[in-house]
Amino acid sequence: MTDHVAQLNITEDAPPAADLELDCKGLLCPLPVYRTSQALNRLGAGQVLRVECTDPGSLADFPALARQRGLTLLSATERNGVQVFHLRKETD
Amino acid sequence: MKPEARRHGGTGARQGETNARRRLALVASKGTLDGAYPPLILAATAASLGWEVGIFFTFYGLDILHKKRHKKLKVAPLGNPAMPIPVPNLVGALPGMTAVATRMMKGWMKRSQLPDIPQFLEIARESGVKLFACSTTMGVMGVKADDLTPGTDTAGAAAFLDFAADADVSLFV
Repeated sequence: MTDHVAQLNITEDAPPAADLELDCKGLLCPLPVYRTSQALNRLGAGQVLRVECTDPGSLADFPALARQRGLTLLSATERNGVQVFHLRKETD
Repeated sequence: MKPEARRHGGTGARQGETNARRRLALVASKGTLDGAYPPLILAATAASLGWEVGIFFTFYGLDILHKKRHKKLKVAPLGNPAMPIPVPNLVGALPGMTAVATRMMKGWMKRSQLPDIPQFLEIARESGVKLFACSTTMGVMGVKADDLTPGTDTAGAAAFLDFAADADVSLFV
């Protein structure tokens, strides 16, 4: 499950820079993954998407999305019930 | 195509590193509101993961594609012990109880900002999900191709099985 989570020292104080931000707070499966997928289609190789979610399933779903689409999950953090993910698109 | 011809690089292989896209084949056989959501949610998710998806809508499941009927799909309280209000099951047989259960589920979906069935079909279409309408059901129930949501392919079981033969995940819902 964790092999596509980059082992980087990213903290909440120093998150990766994002090219696009997406707010999926309040949405339930399948909408966070669906909207993330749509947003990724607007990005090019090497660009980073930041997504905020509140569906507790997202913590399991975003590593799966990264694995299935060949993305790199740069970070996955949770604070006060809000999960924040940074995904890097590797290919166009 | 032989299964070996589209093997993936093992569990968890990155899709970008393989030639074949993963494929999901679903059979949607239920014409109830609660039976319509799971195949559409799975299809939208699989398409978001970059998979090819096809759904075969058969028997009452064909109502999910029906332009008029899919706006009126219902939840049956009778014989459904999972209703949130604990009443004797037989109460579900009273007139109006199906409407009550249906309104309740539509309320949950709206509050949760989940798309309704026509909106999910729009998502499926935009995502390239193949919608197979069972031709036998159409014949038996007198459904015409024009009655169905746009982008539907009329097909028999052989055409669906040909698609499903190369699927990585196949589910009967």
